[in-house]
Amino acid sequence: MAKVHVTTSVNNQPQEFLCEPQESLLNCLRDEINLTGTKEGCATGDCGACSVLVDGRLVCSCLMLGVEAEGKEVTTIEGIAEPDGLHVIQQKFLEHAALQCGICTPGFIVAAKALLDKHKDPDEETIRYWLAGNLCRCTGYDKIIRAVQDAAKELAA
Amino acid sequence: MAEAVDLKAIGTRPIRPDGIEKVTGRANFGADLNLPGMLHGKILRSPHAHARIKSIDVSRALALDGVISAVSGKDFPEKSGNDLGVNIIARDKVLYDGHAVAAVAATSAFVAEQALALIDVEYEVLEPVLSIDQALSDNAPLVNENNHTNGDTSKPASNVAAYQIMSRGDVEKGFAEADVIIEGEYRVPTAHQGYIEPHACTAAMNEDGRGTIWCSTQGQFDVRSNTAAVLDKAVSSIRVIPSEIGGGFGGKTTIYLEPVALHMSELTGRPVKMVMSREEVFRATGPTSATLCRAKVGAKKDGTITAATAWLAYEAGAFPGAPIGPGCMSVLAPYDLDNFKIEGNDVLVNKPKVCAYRAPGAPQSMHAMECAIDELARELDMDPIDLRMKNCSDEGTVAPYGPTFPPIGLKACLEATKAHPNYQKAKPENGGRGIAVGFWFNIGMQSSAEVRIAENGGVTIMEGSPDIGGSRASMCLMASETLGIPYEQINAHVGDTEGTGYCNTTGGSRTTFATGMAVIQACEDIIAQCKQRAALTWDLDVDQVDWEDGQAVPKPGVNADVSPLSLADIARSAGRTGGPLLGRASLNAQGAGASFSVNWTDVKVDKETGRIDVKAFTAIQDAGKAIHPAYVEGQMQGGAVQGLGWALNEEYIYNDDGIMENAGFLDYRIPVASDMPMIDTQIVEVPNPSHPYGVRGVGETPIVAPLAATSNAVRDALGFRIYDLPLSPPRVLEAIDEQENA
Ligand code: FES
Ligand code: FES
Repeated sequence: MAKVHVTTSVNNQPQEFLCEPQESLLNCLRDEINLTGTKEGCATGDCGACSVLVDGRLVCSCLMLGVEAEGKEVTTIEGIAEPDGLHVIQQKFLEHAALQCGICTPGFIVAAKALLDKHKDPDEETIRYWLAGNLCRCTGYDKIIRAVQDAAKELAA
Repeated sequence: MAEAVDLKAIGTRPIRPDGIEKVTGRANFGADLNLPGMLHGKILRSPHAHARIKSIDVSRALALDGVISAVSGKDFPEKSGNDLGVNIIARDKVLYDGHAVAAVAATSAFVAEQALALIDVEYEVLEPVLSIDQALSDNAPLVNENNHTNGDTSKPASNVAAYQIMSRGDVEKGFAEADVIIEGEYRVPTAHQGYIEPHACTAAMNEDGRGTIWCSTQGQFDVRSNTAAVLDKAVSSIRVIPSEIGGGFGGKTTIYLEPVALHMSELTGRPVKMVMSREEVFRATGPTSATLCRAKVGAKKDGTITAATAWLAYEAGAFPGAPIGPGCMSVLAPYDLDNFKIEGNDVLVNKPKVCAYRAPGAPQSMHAMECAIDELARELDMDPIDLRMKNCSDEGTVAPYGPTFPPIGLKACLEATKAHPNYQKAKPENGGRGIAVGFWFNIGMQSSAEVRIAENGGVTIMEGSPDIGGSRASMCLMASETLGIPYEQINAHVGDTEGTGYCNTTGGSRTTFATGMAVIQACEDIIAQCKQRAALTWDLDVDQVDWEDGQAVPKPGVNADVSPLSLADIARSAGRTGGPLLGRASLNAQGAGASFSVNWTDVKVDKETGRIDVKAFTAIQDAGKAIHPAYVEGQMQGGAVQGLGWALNEEYIYNDDGIMENAGFLDYRIPVASDMPMIDTQIVEVPNPSHPYGVRGVGETPIVAPLAATSNAVRDALGFRIYDLPLSPPRVLEAIDEQENA
């Protein structure tokens, strides 16, 4: 089968890649352009480990085709940090010990970014519902929620 | 024991050394490695729970463009036809839905997937054994015709692989003395560890017969020895490089893909990568045992327990090895009893071979007993804490499994519960509160560590225990404390099988205890060397030198006009005093201290839908000494939510043919953020006298008590008991209906 040429933008850089027409965006990111920070936990849209932003919207990259990224702007975990250091959310995850094994962490940070881009002052329930698409088996969520609360506070300050 | 010493580093909450890589996506996990020329391997799995394999033909698969290799059980060494080898790839029979039957390696994962459909397998389908009741019934089909209980061939073959018993005193006499007797039968379903990272590995075999495996594992040394055994190779011919590990909880203490990948690499001369799908993880990797447990407990009116018995049956899956030992050890560990009898049965069924899951065996057996104790408290009209306080194990109690407890923290946890503001708070209106005790004995075993000092005094720890929850931070903290230098000056690495000394697998909550002890001893080795170097520099005797706050100083009273030498000073001039500083230690750690917990849950039950809402959860646990309290809390919170998930929702669902019907995260639903409240924690510290800083393992205990705590809370809310888990909406609704129609 002929591969398809895709022209897109990843983490604010123009990006081209070749992929199979049926290949997920997740596999394109990981295998075609070596951005392995985005993880696969299920490939069925149930775990959120593959979360990325596409034109600012939170999506499961395992449920989107690579060819659908044509002309779009994709942000992955590798694009979250600022040029001068970690993003506040990343820093707060570290300070609050909001990760144990860390496999879910990229997805949670991307999802938390999507949340905080939209809601400046989310309450606990809003945070829990926004992050309900991301599974973490290690932390019991407590420290993740606190990290996001603290990040929201700091971003608002 | 350093209890009188002022601790500077231990007990603080610094950022973990591997943190930045994990929040930026740079950390490499099992599936993140790609090598030039690499092939992709996939496994064909059995669609039957029990069948004889009549023939396997891979020729059509091999003919597909891009397929380089296709193998089945007969291509593996005869010698590896033991349980481990047969679980990795079936020989003459398939024993569960998902059992590996054949494998292919192809130039892409797509092609490999397509090739699976071209493998022709002919099966003769057999009747499966799907439950403990069925397995134990007369005339049950046999999972393994050659299985005799405890290997006793004088008895007929059966589905019971092993039976064990622990007892003390005279239970009949004990029950005769009781004023109240509580009896019940409890079922806990199969649950999966549910790590978010599926199993993954890449293997490359060289022409000289030396192979390398990169994989996600809790124990690189076990991957090495197990893979060598399955492929009939020398242990030292295989190097295993552990990646970062995306969760394990016991489930990554064995191997599935590694020998298949290495074998296909040997056949093709190219690296082979294999990654499981989530469905494969559910169908074919070790979940934990479903159980049937009978608990009976008798007590006098004043609450003194006079006797207790537990009859436990654990599903092993298709091969022996359910955690009946730990299940039996744990079930009555919290109680100081004169009369008890505990029996355990390891039962074969046509389901995947079980694997360790956090405190393996304990949550199920203690669910039964802690529910029985709760009923006893109700019957006696006693506070459940007071009842436990009256009967609890303490220092000097002879544990049901033999040894006498050294100082343990059960009483301290019970006292802390009574004093806790959450416990004093009223339970939710129309809701319930349930309490339970948790326990894990903890293990030590073998560990090695090296401490290497750079020219500027920077410290590198090299050890061999894969870090699943922040253990490198704990190693750095213990090194910082021992050496007396800042945490920031220290880094810790998990080495591969050639890069570091032998360590047993990360599990049983041994890492911070045992590998930590090796790190401490390796640091002490460095201190001894530094004193020697300083003595040499100062022209003093080595016993005239002390190590204080990270520097060598002359002992008080020694007349020497010298300035202290820091680790950096000594490292800088190490070439002149005997060469680089390299500390090492290897040990078989003894005296892992048991860790007890008390948990309570507040719930509300929606009687219309049967849904249980967890309003609050509090966990109190003895950590001995919390090295990095945030990660101790994290273990407690994570274990609590796993336990809540198991109590409320998680279960393997099989159809009548033994095919798993919910092999995905959509239908096997683990808790999500919006299901859970904050998990409040309180760490109790009763130091373990066998560890230099008092550490007890903490990772296992947290999953134990939530099962019974939740059952007891629902019992409290409903006014009657549901004996089986999970307390999922359909089961709760059915129970409410039954109760109302009764
Ligand atoms: S990998 Fe995409 S949601 Fe799980
Ligand atoms: S930290 Fe391991 S899954 Fe979230």
